[in-house]
Amino acid sequence: MSSVRLPRSPKVLVGAGLVAFFAVLTVVGPYLAPYNPSNTNFNANLTPSSAHWLGTTALGQDIFSQLLVGARATMIVAIVAGVVATILSVTVGVSAGYLGGKSDEGLSLLSNVFLAIPGLPLLIVIDSYLPAGGRSNSFVIGLVISLTGWAWGARVLRAQTMSLRNRDFVEAARIIGESRFRIMVFEIAPNLLPVLASSLLFTILYSIGAYVTLAYVGLTSTAVWNWGTMLYWAQANNAPLAGQWYWFVPPGVCIALIGTGLALMNFGIDEFINPRLRSAGLSSKVRRESGLPRRPRLGFTPVLRPRDASSARAGVR
Amino acid sequence: MRMLARRLSLYVVTAWVAITVNFLLPRMMPGNPVQQLIGKLTGSITPQQVHAIELAFGIGLNQGLWAQYTGYLHQLFVGNLGVSITLSSPVSTVLKSAVPWTVGLIGVSTILSFLLGTLSGALLGWFRGSRLDSLIPVATFFQAVPYFFLGTVMLLVFGSSLHWFPVLGAYSQSVTPGWHWDFVFSLFRYGELPVITIVLSSVAGWMLGMRNMMITMIAEDFVLMAVAKGLPRRKVIMHAARNAVLPSVANLSLAIGLVVSGALLVELVFNYPGVGNLLLQAVLNEDYPLIQGIFLVITMTVLAANLLADIFYFVLDPRTRTEAAV
Repeated sequence: MSSVRLPRSPKVLVGAGLVAFFAVLTVVGPYLAPYNPSNTNFNANLTPSSAHWLGTTALGQDIFSQLLVGARATMIVAIVAGVVATILSVTVGVSAGYLGGKSDEGLSLLSNVFLAIPGLPLLIVIDSYLPAGGRSNSFVIGLVISLTGWAWGARVLRAQTMSLRNRDFVEAARIIGESRFRIMVFEIAPNLLPVLASSLLFTILYSIGAYVTLAYVGLTSTAVWNWGTMLYWAQANNAPLAGQWYWFVPPGVCIALIGTGLALMNFGIDEFINPRLRSAGLSSKVRRESGLPRRPRLGFTPVLRPRDASSARAGVR
Repeated sequence: MRMLARRLSLYVVTAWVAITVNFLLPRMMPGNPVQQLIGKLTGSITPQQVHAIELAFGIGLNQGLWAQYTGYLHQLFVGNLGVSITLSSPVSTVLKSAVPWTVGLIGVSTILSFLLGTLSGALLGWFRGSRLDSLIPVATFFQAVPYFFLGTVMLLVFGSSLHWFPVLGAYSQSVTPGWHWDFVFSLFRYGELPVITIVLSSVAGWMLGMRNMMITMIAEDFVLMAVAKGLPRRKVIMHAARNAVLPSVANLSLAIGLVVSGALLVELVFNYPGVGNLLLQAVLNEDYPLIQGIFLVITMTVLAANLLADIFYFVLDPRTRTEAAV
C-alpha cells in the first residue's frame, strides 16, 4: 500500500470538487456572510437584489447570509455523527468479523436490530425527549444521529473482516504470537481502509439528511442556523406556495449538491475496490487510444491505468 | 427454513428492543420531559387525563422500574397504547385510521421503485460504457435530495403552478369515501404526485446496486456460455439479471426502513392523512403517548414488511432453502 492510486474518473473529480467546495464553505461561510443571519432589520419578503442576493425572509432576515452561516452547523453535525458512527461500526464490525463464534452472533444481532428499526422515527422519538439545551447543541444531535446510523457500516466491515481473517498474512501474524488487539488494529484495519472510507462517506451523507430532516420538522433549536431550519422557516411561512423559490430552493440544492458530491466520491471508492466497475468509466477517447473495443465485451474486463492508456497496455483480468 | 427462522427471531428481538427503548426513554431522559409537559398542560386538561399520563409514564407511582415494565408490556399486549393528549382519544383508534394510508402509499411506491430501479439497473449494467451511463449522476442527484424537499418542489411545479395533479389530501373533498369508481379514481389521482416523489427519490439506490451487480455478473462464465449457445440477447440479459437481482432482494428488507423514513415526510408535504403526518403533529404538540404509539406501530409494520421481503428472497433463491444463510 505504498502508493495508493485513486481512480481519477470525471465522476470522482466532480464529487471531490463539490465536497471540497462545501468543506471550504463550512470554514469561511460565517465570515463571508454579508449580514447577521438573525438580524431582522431589513424589509420583509424582498426579492433577490444586489443588496440581498437571495432576498429576505418574512421576518426581514437576509437569506444569503443564512445560507452561508448555515453550512457550518449542518457540516459539523454531519461530521460528528459520521465520525462517531464510523468508530462504532469499526469497533462492532471488526470485532464481530474477527472474533467469530458467540461474540459474532451477539454483535451481528445488535447491528441487525439497529438496521431493522426504522431510523427516522427512532430519531424523532429520542429527539422529542431531549431538553432544549440538547436540541441546540450540535454535538448532542450528532451523537444521537450516530446512534441510528452506524449499523450499516458495521455489517459491511464485518463481511470484509471475515474475508481477511484467514488470509496468509493474518495467519502469519497469529503464528508470530501477536495479540488479537494488535492483529485487529495493525493487520486487518489498514486493509479495510477503502471500505471504511466508503462507509464514512455514506454515514456523513446519511447524517446530513437526518439532521436536515430533524431541523425541518422543528426538532432542533430553531435559533441555530442550518439548512434544515431555513427550510423549516420557509415552510412555516408558506414560502413554497407564495412562490418565494429563492427562500427554500437554495438550501435544498446545497443539500443535494453536497450529497451528490459524497455519493460520486463513493463511486470512485467502489471502483477502487471492484476494478470490474472501473472499466465502465473509461471514456471513449481512452478506449480508442488503447485499442479497446468501443463497448466492453463479455468475459473480458480491461483494467487500465489512466497513464497507461496511451501506451495501449491493456490487462485482462 | 432455517434462514426464515433466524430472521423471524431477529425481528422478535428487534420488536422487544423497540418496546424497551420506548419504555425507558421517557424515564431515563434528563430534565424529566413528561413532568414538564404535565406542568405545561395543567389547567387545560382534566385531572383524569393528568392521571392517565402519569400512569403511562410511571410518574408518582410507588412502583419499581421492573413492576412498571411488566405493567407496560401487559398493556401493550392487550392492545392499549394509551390515550393521545391532544386528540383525547385512544392512540390505537387514532392510528387505525392513519395506518392504511401510509401502508398503501409506501407499499405501492416501494414496489414500483424496486421494479423500475432493478429493470433500469440491469439495462445500465448490460450497456455499461454507453450513453446510458449519463443517467448515473442524475439518479445520484435525485437520491441526494431530501424526500421532503423534492416533494415541495414537485408540489409547487406540477401541483400548484401547472395544475397537472391534484394536491393536498388523499382524495377530493367532493367525493364521499367508499368503494365506488369516483372515489377510487380520486384516490389514484391524488396519490400520483406523492408516489412519483417517493419513487424518484428511492429509485437510484436500486438502480445503482443492480447495475454494479450486473457488471460483476456478466463477467461470469455462465453468461458467456449463454451467449456462446446463441441465445437471443434479451434472454441472456434476463438470465444474468435473475442472478444479479438476488443481493437487491436481500437488501430489500433493509431498505424498507430507509424508504419509510423518507416517505413519512412526503406525507407532511402533501398533507396526506397517514402516520407520518400524524407523527409530526404529535411532535409539534409534544403528545408523548401518540409519539410512542406511532413509533411502535411503524416499527412493527416495517418488521412485518421485512419478513415479507425475506419470504420473497426465500422463494427466489433456491439455495437459501438448503443452506443456513445469513
